[in-house]
Formats: sequence, structure tokens, C-alpha cells
Amino acid sequence: MTSISDGAYACDIPAERPWSHVLRKGQTLRIIDSEGQQAVDALLYCADDPAERYSSQDTLRVQGSAYIELGTRLISNKGRVMARITADSCGRHDTSAGCCSCESNAVRFGEATKYQHACRENFILELSKHGLTKRDIVSNLNFFMNVPIDASGKFTVVDGISAPGNYVEVTAEMDVLFVISNCPQVNNPCNGFNPTPIRVEIRDTPGL
Amino acid sequence: MTAQTKQEIAEANRRRYEELRAAGQELALKGLPEPTALDGAPIAADAVIHREQVPGGWYATLRLRRGEALRIVDDSGGSSVSLIGWREEDTSERVNCADTVKVQWSAAISKGRVILSDMGRVLLSLVEDTSGAHDLLVGGSTPASTLAAFGATTRNTQQNFLAAAAKIGLDVRDIPPCVTLFAPVSLDDAGRFLWNPDRKRPGDFVDLRAEMNLIIVASNCAHPLDPARPAATGPVTLIKHRAPPPGDDDLCRTASPEAARAFAFTDRLYA
Repeated sequence: MTSISDGAYACDIPAERPWSHVLRKGQTLRIIDSEGQQAVDALLYCADDPAERYSSQDTLRVQGSAYIELGTRLISNKGRVMARITADSCGRHDTSAGCCSCESNAVRFGEATKYQHACRENFILELSKHGLTKRDIVSNLNFFMNVPIDASGKFTVVDGISAPGNYVEVTAEMDVLFVISNCPQVNNPCNGFNPTPIRVEIRDTPGL
Repeated sequence: MTAQTKQEIAEANRRRYEELRAAGQELALKGLPEPTALDGAPIAADAVIHREQVPGGWYATLRLRRGEALRIVDDSGGSSVSLIGWREEDTSERVNCADTVKVQWSAAISKGRVILSDMGRVLLSLVEDTSGAHDLLVGGSTPASTLAAFGATTRNTQQNFLAAAAKIGLDVRDIPPCVTLFAPVSLDDAGRFLWNPDRKRPGDFVDLRAEMNLIIVASNCAHPLDPARPAATGPVTLIKHRAPPPGDDDLCRTASPEAARAFAFTDRLYA
């Protein structure tokens, strides 16, 4: 953790590691894909009542379309706006593919991959710091992850499209616990088969 | 690990991924069966365990033992049925839409597909399906969605799930994203959701075979993208029955290498 100026915060998250922080209403989190082609799995919980949490289906329903983009409102399971995507130099992010787990990796890629680190391991450990469990893990956001869905429903994780330094910004509309897993997946192209570090920066957002 | 070895592993992983992707996506083109006929797949009278009709706006909670199946019939052709479910012995294991679409390389499920849990196991197999038009992306109705659609908050899936969960000692934390049957949602090139009403017919049904002991909630509320005003939701019929035991050539168990592995992991619970 590094303090970069008055009240501001920055942290480099190593490859394959989790992170969490409470984002106050009006603060903006910038997530930087430092080296490019790195998927960042994220969950949001209402800081005052974590039973209220990010809901992928509510978010897509309210938006009427399938991808997370600039302007997307991140909606809770109680129908409230938790945060907005306020800047994006990458273009398109997923919220339908979920996070990788040892168990789903074993199904997708063969049983040997069960013994590889996975996002759900990160989420379980990071959430445990906040009194939350596997039960609280829902379909997450996948920043910088490219998952096109075609008209027939075909669903493919393809090569990450983010370049080194690409970023996305999320501005909180309530106090939110923001939890990240810097994705360790090496079995599909979401991380270019090479997980790398990311950086997060938090600042107050004037005018909000 | 040397850089060269790391590169070789990455290249091998990419090759495996491309092979799995090709196999998985070709399945949709050539390997999946035709939908069940509307008058097909009769259930023998002595196989029926329980039958009930759920009125529009309401929900039912059912316990299914491994090997039992649930037929869900859209009697009027105007309903959609949102579905969640938990493993009876450990309710932290539950329907996982994300893994279901990711593992099967498709956001569309139909006869021959499965609904997976978050633990790499199969909850339910779609052993019969006349429709093939189901939604895993948008989810069910909520107080806000019904207010926006009908000008007043009506009975809705989110509150049905809360009530159903509460009656078995669970709460909002246990409610995962849902599958909605008879909900013909597709995407245009820009990723916007479309509703395809010509893919709904009176009498459409699915048979869902339980692959572990389950608690299932079925909510009979209009899908949030259904444009019918007022809502066209009619009653749906639920028939719990004993499914024929799966053979070696069972459609769902042999649909793909991924499905075969998910079944192998599920069978270990009962080995």
C-alpha cells in the first residue's frame, strides 16, 4: 500500500493475488491493467449490509444489454445503483462468465487443473477477512475479459483486448466493499496464458 | 522455471483451449438432438410421484432425489419459469449460471445440456425439452422491474425466491442468479437483448432430471423482457416423476468431455 497524496491510495496487486478495500460514496477506483491482457475479477458488497451485493443479472436487465461498458450502472440485488463505470480505455468487459474455480477448471480443462490456484480461492480468503463466505460469492465482474456472445448464444473467452496501461474507473454511489481477484487462470486466453500484476488507485471525485 | 519452459506450457495450454473450444462449439452444430415433440415423451402413470399447478405470480418448492425428474409445463404458452436450486445436504452448493454457460460454451441451453453447480457437478439434466428457449443472462422479475413494466409492483420472482428460501431456513445470501425457462432471449450484434415471442407455444415443457438430492424453487412470473401488457402469465404444471435410469449412452452424460467430467465428479458423491 502506498499513499500517493492527500487521502489518495494506490496499491500494486501482484499476479494471482486478491485485494479488498472499502470505497466511500463518491470515491473513484481506477483499475489499471499494468502489463496488458489481464482479467480482473471483482465483487461489490454494500459496506453497511453485505447481504446487499452486486448482481450481474439485475445489472444486465436494467441496462438491456450483455456487456459492461462506459456508463454501465452496477446494480445490487436490491435494485439500487452501487457504482457506475465512469471511465474506460479498454472497451468491453464481461459479467456473465463468473470466476474460475478449482472445481470448474477440473470440468473444463481436465482433473489435473484442479490443483491450480483460482479466483474463487482468492475470493474465499479475501471475503473471510470481512466475515463473508463462499455463500456470498455471486456472478462477478470480469474487467478486461473479452467474452463475446453471438446471436445463437455461442459463448467464448477470447484473447484479452486490453493493452498495457489500459484502465477502467468505477465511481461508488454508496459505501461499497470492493473485492478483487487478480485472475490466476492459465488455461484460457483471458490472461494471455500469463497472469501479471495490476494496479489500483482510489481518489475522491470532485463534483459528486 | 525457465522462460522457455513457461512459454512451452503457455503454448500447450493455448492448443488445449483451442481444441476444447472447437469441440465444444461444434457440438451445438451437429451433436445436439432435435427438441422433444410437444406430444412426445409421455410419463407412465405409475412413474408420477406428485403433480401440482402453480398459478401465475406464484412459486413452488420441491425436493428431488437423485434420479427423480421434474416436468415443467407452460400450459398457456404465456409463462416463464425462473429456477434456482441447492444441494440438499449442503446448500452452499447451488445453481451456477456462469459455470453452466462457460463449461458448455453456450449461453443457450436445450435438450442434452446440463445445469451445473458451483462445485463442478451436475445439478440437473435437460433430458426432454420442447422449447430450447431459456435465459441464463437476464434473470427474473423484481419489484423494480414490475413497477417499470406494469405501473405497479406486482408479484415477482425476486420476492418469490426470498419467501421460498426463508421457508427452508435460507436467506437472500443464498439466492444465486437464476435460469428462466420458456424465456426466448437472444442478443443482437451490439449485445442488446431481444425477445423472440414466436419461440413460445402452449404446452412447451422440459424434463429436468436431478443428478443429486436437490431443493428446487420454481417461480412462475413474467420474464422482465416479456413485452405482454398486461402480463400473459398463466398457470404452469409441475410433475415430479421417476425418470428412467440413464444408460451408458445417456444424452446428457455423453454430450461432451466437459459434461462427462462433471458427471464423473457428481457420481463420486454417491460412490
